[in-house]
Parts: sequence; C-alpha cells; structure tokens
Amino acid sequence: MTLTRRKFLKAASVAALVVSARPSAGRAFELKGRMSPGPKALQAGQWGMGVDMNKCRGNCRDDCLAACHEIHNVPYIPKPEHEVKWLFLEPYENAFPERSHRFLSKRVREKNFFLLCNHCEDPPCVRVCPTQATFKRQKDGIVMIDYHRCIGCRFCMAACPYGSRSFNFRDPRPFIKKINPEYPTRHRGVVEKCNFCQELLEVGRIPACVEACKEGVLTFGDLEDPTSVVRELLSEKPHIRRKPDLGTGPSVFYIT
Amino acid sequence: MFNKGWVIGGIIVFVAAAAFPFYWYQIGQGKPFPKLELPAKEKRCVESVEFMRANHMRLLDAWRIAVVRDDLLIYTSTKGDKFEMNLHKTCIGCHTSTERFCNRCHDYNDVVPPCWDCHVAPSEIGKGEQS
Amino acid sequence: MLEKTLHGGKGYWIWVFALAVCIGIGFIAYLYQLREGMWVTGMSRDVSWGFYISQFTFLVGVAASVLMVVLPLYLHDFKAFARITALSQFLAVGTLLMSLLFVFSDVGMPMRILNVPLNPTPGSMLFYDTVFLPGFMLLNLIIGWTAMGAEKREVPLQWWVKALIYLSMPWAVVMHTVTAFIYAGTPGRGFWMTAIMAPRFLVTAFAAGPALLIILATIIKTLTRFEVTEKAIQKLVTIMLYALIIDVFFLGVEYFTVFYAHIPEYALTFQYLFLGINGNCALVPWYWGMNIAILVAIGLLVIPGARTSRPVLVAACVIALIGLWIDKGFVLVPAAFIPNVFGRIMEYPPSWVELTISLGIYALGTLIITALYKVVISVREETEIL
Ligand code: HEC
Ligand code: HEC
Ligand code: HEC
Repeated sequence: MTLTRRKFLKAASVAALVVSARPSAGRAFELKGRMSPGPKALQAGQWGMGVDMNKCRGNCRDDCLAACHEIHNVPYIPKPEHEVKWLFLEPYENAFPERSHRFLSKRVREKNFFLLCNHCEDPPCVRVCPTQATFKRQKDGIVMIDYHRCIGCRFCMAACPYGSRSFNFRDPRPFIKKINPEYPTRHRGVVEKCNFCQELLEVGRIPACVEACKEGVLTFGDLEDPTSVVRELLSEKPHIRRKPDLGTGPSVFYIT
Repeated sequence: MFNKGWVIGGIIVFVAAAAFPFYWYQIGQGKPFPKLELPAKEKRCVESVEFMRANHMRLLDAWRIAVVRDDLLIYTSTKGDKFEMNLHKTCIGCHTSTERFCNRCHDYNDVVPPCWDCHVAPSEIGKGEQS
Repeated sequence: MLEKTLHGGKGYWIWVFALAVCIGIGFIAYLYQLREGMWVTGMSRDVSWGFYISQFTFLVGVAASVLMVVLPLYLHDFKAFARITALSQFLAVGTLLMSLLFVFSDVGMPMRILNVPLNPTPGSMLFYDTVFLPGFMLLNLIIGWTAMGAEKREVPLQWWVKALIYLSMPWAVVMHTVTAFIYAGTPGRGFWMTAIMAPRFLVTAFAAGPALLIILATIIKTLTRFEVTEKAIQKLVTIMLYALIIDVFFLGVEYFTVFYAHIPEYALTFQYLFLGINGNCALVPWYWGMNIAILVAIGLLVIPGARTSRPVLVAACVIALIGLWIDKGFVLVPAAFIPNVFGRIMEYPPSWVELTISLGIYALGTLIITALYKVVISVREETEIL
C-alpha cells in the first residue's frame, strides 16, 4: 500500500480528532471531605412559602421587593422589555389568569399579588436546561441557577410557566443604585431569578422579603415538616397555587 | 499543479503562527515578577503558599460548586482552620486589594479571571450610586 | 476537488464578493451585539426567543428534507434523483451550518458554549440538537464529498458510504423531531403544546426542501450547462404537493381543536394571530399571508398544465417557500410568547442588528453552498455525464 497524499491527510486528520477528543487528564484534586454546611444553617426537605393576601394591605411601599432587590443587587431597568426582577407584583387576573372572571370581588380584583419563583417540585426550567446550570437542589428543594455555568440560551424562560425568570439583556451594574458587596451581581448574558435567599439560609437567616414584611403576610418554612409555620398555616386556611394544572408543584401558596 | 516553494513557505508561516503562544510565553519570562501586597496582620493563607500558588483556581472552583450546588459553607484546611467558602468575605477579607494582589500576578501571567464582572471587587464598592 | 471553487467566471466572483461583504457586515453587527448585550435585539423579558431561533428551526427543516431525495433514490431505486442528491446533501450542509450559527448568535454567553458538551444533559431537548445537527452536517458532507469523488473517477460508491446514507435517513427524521420537541415540551406555552408539532415540522420541512431545490435547480440551469431532468423535478413537485396538502390538513386539525374546544390557554395565541387582541396585531397580516400562500401554492401545483411550465412552477415554489418560512421561520417562535404567561401582550419586532446578523449568517451559508455546488457542477461538466 502506498501512502498517497490524500491518504496521509485523511489519516492525519482522523488522528488529530482522536488526539483532541482524548479526555483531559483527570485532576488529582480531592477536597470534598473538607467541606461542611454552616453551623447555623437552616435546613429543610423542601422550602416553601405562604402568602396571606388577607393581611397584605399593600400600602407599605413594597418593602419586601426593595429588601430583596437591594441585597441581591437586582438592577432597576426602567424599560419593561429589559427588566430584571426577582420578586414582583401582579393583579389577580394576571397572576391567576385561569381563575379570573367578571364576578371577582373588588377586594380580590384590586389587590396586587406577591409573585416570585415557585421553586417547583418538578420544575420545567430544570428539565430543559442544556448545561444543568439551573437545577433543583436535592437537599432543600431550592431551584438554583449556577451563574458560573449559564450560557444564556433562555430555554428556561420559555419553559417557565410563571414568568419568574429574567435575562440580563444589558450590563446590570450601571442600573444598581447601591452595590451590596456581600452578594455578587450578574453580568449581561445570563438568566437570573429568586434563590429563596439561599445565601442567608446557610448562615441561619430567613429570606429578606419575609424579614422585611412587617404585616406578617409572608411565612417561610419546611413543607416536609408538619410542624413548620407554613404547614400550620396551610392546614388552617384555604389556599391556592399558581397554575397547579401544569403539574409543576409550586411551593408558594396564596391565601386569598 | 502545486508549487513546491509556496507549499513549503506556507507550512513554515503556518508553523510559526501556530507556535506563537509558545515563544510569546518565552518572551514574557523576561518581565520582573511584580511585588504582591500581602496581608499585614495575617500570617497564613487558607492552605500553604505553594499549594495556593499552584491551586487557588481549583480551590475556588471547588468552593463555588460546593456553595452553589451542594449547599455547603465551611472549608476546613489541612491545618484545621475553618474558612467560610466565600470569595468576597474570605479571600478579599485578607487580600484586601485585588489590584495589588490578584491582578498583579494575573497580569504577569496573562490570565484574566472573569470573576470580578459579578463578584464585587473592593475598588468597586460604593460605585454605581450615580444613577 | 476543492480547487474547482477557485476557477470561475466574472459573475461567480462578483457573487462571492457580494456574499463576503454581507458576511463582513453581519460580523460587525455581531461584534456590536456581543459588546452591548442582547438588548440591541428586539427580544424582551416576555418574548425571550425571536428571529434567531426561528431561523434555526426553519433551516433545520430544510436540511432534514434531504430524506425526500435519498429515500426515493436508495429505497425505491428512483434513478432520476441520482443527479440531485449531491445538491440536496450540500444544501443540508449549508443550512445546518447556518442553523448552528443562529443558535450561537442567540446565546447570551457564547464564550461558555462548550458548557453544553462538557455537561451533557440527556433531559434537555436542546442537547439532542447539539448532537444531531453537527452530526447530520458531517454525515452529509462526507457522503456528498465521497459520492462526488466516486462520480469523478467513475467508480461505484464504497460500501461504507452506502451504510452512512442509510444511517442518514432515520437521522433526518430524529433530528427534526427533537427540534420540534424543544417547543412541544414546554408547559405553559399553549401555542407550542401540541402533539402535532413534530409531524407538522416534518411535512413543512418536506415541502420547503423540494421547493428550494427546484428553485436552485432552475437557477443552475440558467447559469451553467448542468441540468436536472424534468422527471426529477416533477417527482419533487409531487412530494412537495403532498407535503403541502398534509400540512394544510394538520393546520386545519390544529385550528379545529383550538377554536372548537376553546380553552383560552391554547386559543389566545391563535386569536392574536388571526384577529389581533386589543389592537395588537403585528403578526396578523403575516399569519394570514402564511395560510393564503400555502393554499395558493397548492392551487398552482394541482393544475397539470401549470406545474410543467417552469416559470409558473418556480413562482409556486417561491410562494410556498415564503408561506413555510413565515410559518416556521417567523411566527412560530415569538407567537408562543404572545400573550405572555400573565395574559399581557408585548409584541416583537426584530431589530436591525438582529436582521443584519441574520443577513450575515445567510450570506455565509450561501457562500458555502455556492462553493459546494461549484464543485458538483464542475465535476459534472468535466466528466460530461450531463
Ligand atoms: C486568613 C487570611 C487569608 C485568607 C482568608 C486568604 N489568604 Fe491568601 N494569603 C494570605 C497570606 C498571609 C499569604 C502569604 C503567605 C506567605 O507568604 O507565607 C497568602 C498568600 C496567597 C497566595 C500566594 C501568593 C504568593 O506569594 O505567591 C495566593 C495565590 C493566595 N494567597 C490566594 C488566596 C485566595 C484565592 C484566597 C481565597 C480562597 C485566599 N488567598 C485567602 C492570607 C490569606
Ligand atoms: C502568585 C500569582 C497569583 C496570585 C497572587 C493570584 N493568582 Fe489567580 N491565577 C494565577 C495563575 C498563574 C493562574 C492561571 C492558571 C492556569 O491557567 O492554569 C490563575 C488563575 C486564576 C483563576 C482561574 C482563571 C481561569 O480563567 O480559569 C482564578 C479564578 C483566580 N486565579 C483567582 C484568583 C484570586 C481571586 C486571587 C486573589 C485573591 C488570585 N487568583 C491571586 C496566579 C495567581
Ligand atoms: C455571572 C456572574 C458571576 C461570575 C462571572 C462569577 N460568579 Fe461566582 N457567584 C455569582 C453569584 C450570583 C453567586 C451567588 C450564588 C448564590 O448564592 O445564589 C456566586 C457565588 C460564588 C461562590 C460562593 C459564594 C460566594 O459568594 O463567594 C464562589 C466561591 C464563587 N462564586 C467563585 C467565583 C469565581 C472563582 C469566579 C471567577 C472564575 C466567579 N465566581 C465568577 C456570580 C458570578
């Protein structure tokens, strides 16, 4: 067999492919055993939230939203197209479009509902993410985004039936009033949303919005624990969830 | 059909271009190593200096995976010291200037970690109030 | 064989130069988008996917239509298609390159794109696309290229090329089905949540591909000595006609289910597309245009005298292609976000940056297709099997 130029080139390119496809040498670097949860960390099987809209008078100038957006460096972008929001308010007919009708009482119709990521039991956003940048944490059920891994494909935004996710269409830093150095900002090109304040939970604090609400509208606790405040609230009062028919199993409950 | 001179010339130019990073790196060796500003009060880093010098990026990588994905917080060093796995509170808590510590060494080595696009570098604190 | 692309007349070089200019402009626009962020596009928090993902979807369909040429040739021994397989396969190479570039232009963090292969996620439909698209591109490039080589040396196809051809048949179907699954698997977007999505994707693909091939074959005929036989063209017409008719049937089934059952979640987007909601009606003319174009194309193609006249046939193909492009390449993606999950309406006009980048990508794909076609035509002219 003579080695012609063609054959040589073919063999060489196959060889190059094989060499470049070789898995990078495994790194001998093991730190796992040296890491542990924070001593004061709050733990749960599935964090959940109760929102008692009867108590929400809505005249507190949105302390809950401000508290969240300040500590998480959420930018305020005036143009609604490029808005970033972790918590937000919507009237009943927008928050629960499948439940609204002409005969709603004025009390319900005029109220702004407090919306956030539902940290679903079976989140569609996690199902579709091509890099596992968004995932459901086994330990506490929080649907997290790994901002270090997100490629910004926005598939999760298409999949989320609750409109909880925002994309950083532009550099957020110029739109942040006062940067909180304790929590990183994001940069343009990644998707972000509420993280149930996991960075506070791990040092033993409850979420900022719950802390900020003086009227006791928001309760936060473990849905797996029958004695938790949320479970007690749910066993006492009738409640609804957003779009339960989709089978996503939202962990945020509304009492109306 | 093929002109030998052109082909060989082309190969030489190609190899020269492809090898650029290697001899560029060699040129870089000529620069003097910058002086790093070390913490005044503290004596010890998270791990030994040699380990940090060689592995701090992997340590940080492991930290962020542990915090974001596995809900862990505390790192126990080989010496038994405990550290919160947090870029801002821990690393920047001791190495208070990224410019005069991390960046000086990174500039020398021509690496630009993207961390400070999101994590707030000490020099950025208090900025952004204009809007 | 590649050197054939370097010998061409004046017209050829003007064409290549024009494409190169478009690519350059598109590239500059891309750099601008990269620097500024995605706000320079028309996309928004509500309509989070737009023109890029639409083009990706449409072009994958065109590529999948290779099946409609290799299947009759290799399973039913329809010899007349032997002349156009290479055209069809190289068309798939170009369109898949474009669709990959469109996805690439759509992501917010393109420098992290390797995170997709580094964290393979079988649960994500987008992951399958990143496997099947490049795979199909490579497959068709290899098949087309070796087949041309065999033709040049006038030897039969090697056995492994044939094996690859048989592999490419199911591959085409699977590739386009997973593309449809990207959409059909998203709860909360009633417009996409339909089982007919994948079948409809396939039939629209099988109509769009032959339509484009007929147009391209006609252009090649007027410019070179290479001619596709009338027999092959008429077979393509038949395939396209049936595909269009099935598409109309599928559309009708969809319209019935949606409007008769009248579940708001599913019906609202269609209402928006046909009539507009509260005066928001940017897509209404487009949607009507799509439906009418497809019916007109069918009308032209069923007339026996009309479809044998080349100008009428080409007109019908152009009309069909426009209709199919509006359907999959313009309306399908943004419409699912209107009204949004809160029942509000945010309309989506693509921005100039978006359109310029798209122009650049289309020019790049066209350049690749031109070069590959140049090889095909030169080989054919040389071996004089015209
Ligand atoms: C408790 C304070 C402290 C913390 C926390 C700390 N460092 Fe250090 N670091 C030091 C000191 C002190 C030195 C110098 C040690 C020496 O020279 O013996 C040092 C040295 C280093 C060096 C080697 C510099 C050289 O001279 O080559 C690197 C790299 C480094 N630190 C990175 C980090 C990173 C990354 C983190 C966060 C994970 C971190 N350090 C956290 C105190 C700290
Ligand atoms: C003694 C020099 C030195 C110091 C000091 C130093 N680094 Fe590095 N760092 C490097 C080198 C060299 C690399 C590139 C390693 C490589 O590419 O394998 C690097 C890489 C990194 C990376 C990974 C970048 C990438 O692209 O993967 C991170 C993150 C990082 N450094 C963070 C820090 C932080 C934070 C500090 C300050 C607390 C710091 N480094 C201080 C030398 C240093
Ligand atoms: C896209 C923005 C972004 C970039 C870029 C980024 N981070 Fe982060 N990082 C975050 C956010 C946001 C969190 C907090 C996640 C949470 O707790 O919800 C975080 C958390 C972390 C943590 C754990 C807790 C903390 O706050 O320190 C580490 C460690 C970390 N990042 C390291 C890095 C390193 C090293 C780099 C550079 C290679 C980097 N990050 C780049 C956004 C970013």
